[in-house]
Amino acid sequence: MTHPFSRINPVAKLGAALLLAACLVLTVDWVSAGTALLLELAGFPFLGIGARRFWLRTLPVWVAAPLTGITILLYGRPSGTIYWEWFAVRISDGSLELALATMLRVVAIGLPAVVLFITVDATDLADGLAQVWRLPSRFVLGALAAFRLVGLFANDWRYLELARRARGVGDAGRIRRIPGQVFALLVLAIRRGSKLAVAMEARGFGGPIPRTWARESRFEMGEWGTLITGLMVGMIAIAAAVGTGHWNFIVG
Amino acid sequence: MRPARVRAAGWGWHHAPRTRWALRGLDFEIDPGERVLLLGASGSGKSTVLQALAGVLGGSEEGESAGELLIDQRPATESQGRVGLVLQDPDSQVILERVGDDVAFGCENLGVPREEIWPRVRHALAEVGLDVALDRSTTQLSGGQKQRLALAGVLAMRPGLILLDEPTANLDPAGVAEVRDAVARVLESTGATLMVVEHRVDVWLPLVDRVIVLSPDGALLADGAPEDVLQSRGGELAELGVWVPGHPPAVSLRVSAPGARVLGTRDLTVGRSVAFAANGFVREMPDLEFHEGTSTAITGPNGSGKSTLGLTLAGLLPRIAGTVSASGTLRDGASEHPIDWRSRELLTRIGTVFQEPEHQFLRSTVREELAVGPRALKLSSAEIAARIDELLQRLRLDALADANPFTLSGGEKRRLSVATILATRPRVLVLDEPTFGQDSRTWAELLGLLGELVDEGKAIIAMTHDRRFVDTFADREVLL
Repeated sequence: MTHPFSRINPVAKLGAALLLAACLVLTVDWVSAGTALLLELAGFPFLGIGARRFWLRTLPVWVAAPLTGITILLYGRPSGTIYWEWFAVRISDGSLELALATMLRVVAIGLPAVVLFITVDATDLADGLAQVWRLPSRFVLGALAAFRLVGLFANDWRYLELARRARGVGDAGRIRRIPGQVFALLVLAIRRGSKLAVAMEARGFGGPIPRTWARESRFEMGEWGTLITGLMVGMIAIAAAVGTGHWNFIVG
Repeated sequence: MRPARVRAAGWGWHHAPRTRWALRGLDFEIDPGERVLLLGASGSGKSTVLQALAGVLGGSEEGESAGELLIDQRPATESQGRVGLVLQDPDSQVILERVGDDVAFGCENLGVPREEIWPRVRHALAEVGLDVALDRSTTQLSGGQKQRLALAGVLAMRPGLILLDEPTANLDPAGVAEVRDAVARVLESTGATLMVVEHRVDVWLPLVDRVIVLSPDGALLADGAPEDVLQSRGGELAELGVWVPGHPPAVSLRVSAPGARVLGTRDLTVGRSVAFAANGFVREMPDLEFHEGTSTAITGPNGSGKSTLGLTLAGLLPRIAGTVSASGTLRDGASEHPIDWRSRELLTRIGTVFQEPEHQFLRSTVREELAVGPRALKLSSAEIAARIDELLQRLRLDALADANPFTLSGGEKRRLSVATILATRPRVLVLDEPTFGQDSRTWAELLGLLGELVDEGKAIIAMTHDRRFVDTFADREVLL
């Protein structure tokens, strides 16, 4: 039994994540980011993503956020009391607050982007982009088919590595071999790509006949709901920041 | 759906950068429902004919055509949907991630209404005998299943002409039978016109009622009923590399006697990480011994771990458990386990020929390619030149010394990949499917060459599906 949320059109999920991000990049303050994060964390359990999968997939966000935070803490524009100073490093009231705001912001934008996309299938996304957003089908389907080749490239890469050992040039450092191997992979990729292009063309792809779609990409109540939810979270976060006087418009 | 009529009148084609016409002056007429086997030497333009009929040869920037090529009175370039093409490489013609979507792809492009697409998809899958769920992942299918998937995708478009370009060349024997039987069923129920290119005649002979032969320079050599053409032209065709029943390629007998043990395994378990294969796997292997001057064929169905065993024996892939140990003469001062050898130490000890020659090419000319190993051994430039010249001549690559390895034909690539290994004179050769997709001429050459190597005292280990190879060449067969 699939969770209803996994059936929501991927373009709606993409749209919701973009709207939310658009609201949050307008300001740099900890209140708006914190509010958004609280609302998100309250909402995630209802999306049918297991705890294990949630933590596993969002791990990069949890790692990236503190790293950006620390960078800003040490090098951010100083203001107020300076607590510690060493060469270019200055920890001050201003950099503390900025670090916290940025860290929360990375998490508040990153989490929904990852979570919304855990349940997205590439084919469904392409259907949505072409049918709902009306992007050119040649472009969308070409990209989709190319995306499928990535799995083959991973396999090619391992074989290229083994082949270099077999050919007697595998003793040089791994890093030093990378450029040559990347080039070889590129050559293989182009060859695979052109074979795939012939196969697609042979099935009438890119022909003069207007294309139909075997799978209908719907945009209905659930999709609108998803979009509006994304926008609402963003607006509430902005309202909280303005209301508490922390609004800090990014331009100026 | 109505079977298509095909007519070529003085048709020819040459690829844009070349001056020579790949095909010229072709005249033939194929009646609706006829089933034609198209034969010819590699490079005679068989695939070009199919691509032209499928309308995928490209426009004037790709090349120039002469004469007429018509499908039901209309130029082939304007016949989308009337013609369906299945290609050789199973991996490069899967287009979408789910089985049902992949079959539906052609229908969508032809503007078939949605409510009509899905019945067509189910019907096509049933017709080719692919009994899997519509949302099954296409990456999990076997080679034979992928080819039947491609056939279903073509079938769902309801073409009047079905074109098959060596659809079974990359498959194991079970896959070959699967695909051939599926094609037979499809023709039975649709009555479509068929044109198939394949150099293994025996696979398709029961299905076709006409044979057309192209000469090496792209002209029409013979055209008629299969038994007539094969009878009158059999010897000629066999010389062009076509596998003609009753004309087995000549292979000289070997004289070697087994020598000392060079390599052996004990309690070996081989496997690949999840990152390598789509799904990692682990297999236990029987204890094996390999001796100088012997050839061993390792056979078994797909997925039995042949390639993984080969890579492990060759010192390329770490073993999961047990040992692979080299004996004194092979070790020659190096450590006991091949996997612990340095890349350079492997060169003179164990050479590996990969299934996909393209994976092992490193340079932009054939000559440079052959120099890679000898250079890594720090041989003198005179010695390197001597070895390369000898190999170029012995493997008939001398005319191609300055060509880019990637531009060679399938047979030439295979010869080059073997030559690159021979350049450093390893004592043991591990070959993964050395005869896959080879025409009978390259096949015989390859066996002749490998035979000489065994006679010189090398040990050869080949992973293969090729029954004929096992029967004519192997001293011993290990069935996994």
